[in-house]
Amino acid sequence: MAEVAEKVKKEPLFSKKNLQVIKDPFDDNNPVTVQVLGICSALAVTVQLKPALIMSLGVIFVSAFSNLIVSGLRKSIPTRVRIIVQLIVVATLVTIVDQVLKAYMFDISKKLSVFVGLIITNCIIMGRLEAFALGQKPWPAFLDGIGNGIGYGIILVAVAFFRELLGSGSLFGMKVIPQWAYDHGYVNNGLMVLPPAALFLIGIYIWVQRSRNPKLVNVS
Amino acid sequence: MHNNRYTFLYAIGISVVTAIILVLTSENLKPLQEANVALDNKKNILKSVLVNSDDRETIESTYNSSVEELVVNSKGEVVEGIDIEDVDMKKEVAKAPEDRNLPLYIYTLEGGDKAYVIPLRGVGLWGPIWGYISLDNNFNTVKGAFFDHKGETPGLGAEIAEGPFQQQFQGKMMYNDAGEFVSVNVMKATQKSDIGEEHRVDAISGGTITSNGVDEMIANCVEPYLSYFEKLKAN
Repeated sequence: MAEVAEKVKKEPLFSKKNLQVIKDPFDDNNPVTVQVLGICSALAVTVQLKPALIMSLGVIFVSAFSNLIVSGLRKSIPTRVRIIVQLIVVATLVTIVDQVLKAYMFDISKKLSVFVGLIITNCIIMGRLEAFALGQKPWPAFLDGIGNGIGYGIILVAVAFFRELLGSGSLFGMKVIPQWAYDHGYVNNGLMVLPPAALFLIGIYIWVQRSRNPKLVNVS
Repeated sequence: MHNNRYTFLYAIGISVVTAIILVLTSENLKPLQEANVALDNKKNILKSVLVNSDDRETIESTYNSSVEELVVNSKGEVVEGIDIEDVDMKKEVAKAPEDRNLPLYIYTLEGGDKAYVIPLRGVGLWGPIWGYISLDNNFNTVKGAFFDHKGETPGLGAEIAEGPFQQQFQGKMMYNDAGEFVSVNVMKATQKSDIGEEHRVDAISGGTITSNGVDEMIANCVEPYLSYFEKLKAN
């Protein structure tokens, strides 16, 4: 046993295993498209790129640090109240994100409104705490949090990219579709602004992802 | 397995620690947040008189140099001793019109003409809606309007916060030819009614309840100001 512990200690910060932990959620084990978690906010905050990006950063921050903190506390947390302890940690971090946004990015915080607060209920975060952070050392747990946050962010940004482009003809609030296209009869797709469009886009994403990645073929 | 004592102490401990962290964060960020809210109000007031700016300094300097704030009541008197920032619109609209404190913002245009900005507050479908409507110095023609909402449906009710809906209000009239107050009504374009074209704007398809909310909000919030405007007209 002592030998094993020794080995683990010497493991470099970005060993192959650790990199795998961070990269897995990008594709093979993506929290949104494979584990189908966190869909709700993906529908709501993806009308424009900028809020989607800020929301992703918020989730990355919360999932990384809640994983880190819970993993650091894992041996001391009483099992019977572990969910409550996790919830307190997550809620604290989310409140901090919300307060910081209100102080420094007021416009964005107005757009994200309740969805920042709802990061608390995002299943990705609690899911990772239960499944990973409670049984792993802080560093891999931190990486897992970052990986899952980014995995969620990829989907959000990808969906928001298409929704803003097709729905409003702009990216990051700047017009991309030139005026002459509108003059010649091009019309923004009104459906893209509504939440169902996100569902269709996520569906298409899942379809493309599964047909490209053979590992996912038998995963439900 | 941890014993009960440990569990309780742990729960209390973690609650206290997180509470302290949150109090410190909130106390430290409060001045910035309050400044943001105040700036946002000023920005929205300026929007209703068709001055659009996102630049913090421009908003502050325009507002400070050309907006005058005062509180009036429904008898047309100026109420002294109340700070306009302490007037909570949510509480005011819940009172009977004659008991309300009515905040009024007077914007002086470059040529010396004045526009009168009336704050609005009402209810939409899912939550509160609010805004500002400004009248020209004939106290009749709408100069501009601005609306915002807490959580109306995007693409439907939330359209009230968008330019195209708000632009419709420009140039509409509050009084009819007989001098009666008819407000600016939000209604279906095809709806048959005695209300003339200059008193109505097109409602939002699929956002009927929000549109009705805006309609009621304007009538409810503008009417108490009329006696003050009458006094100004008489002078």
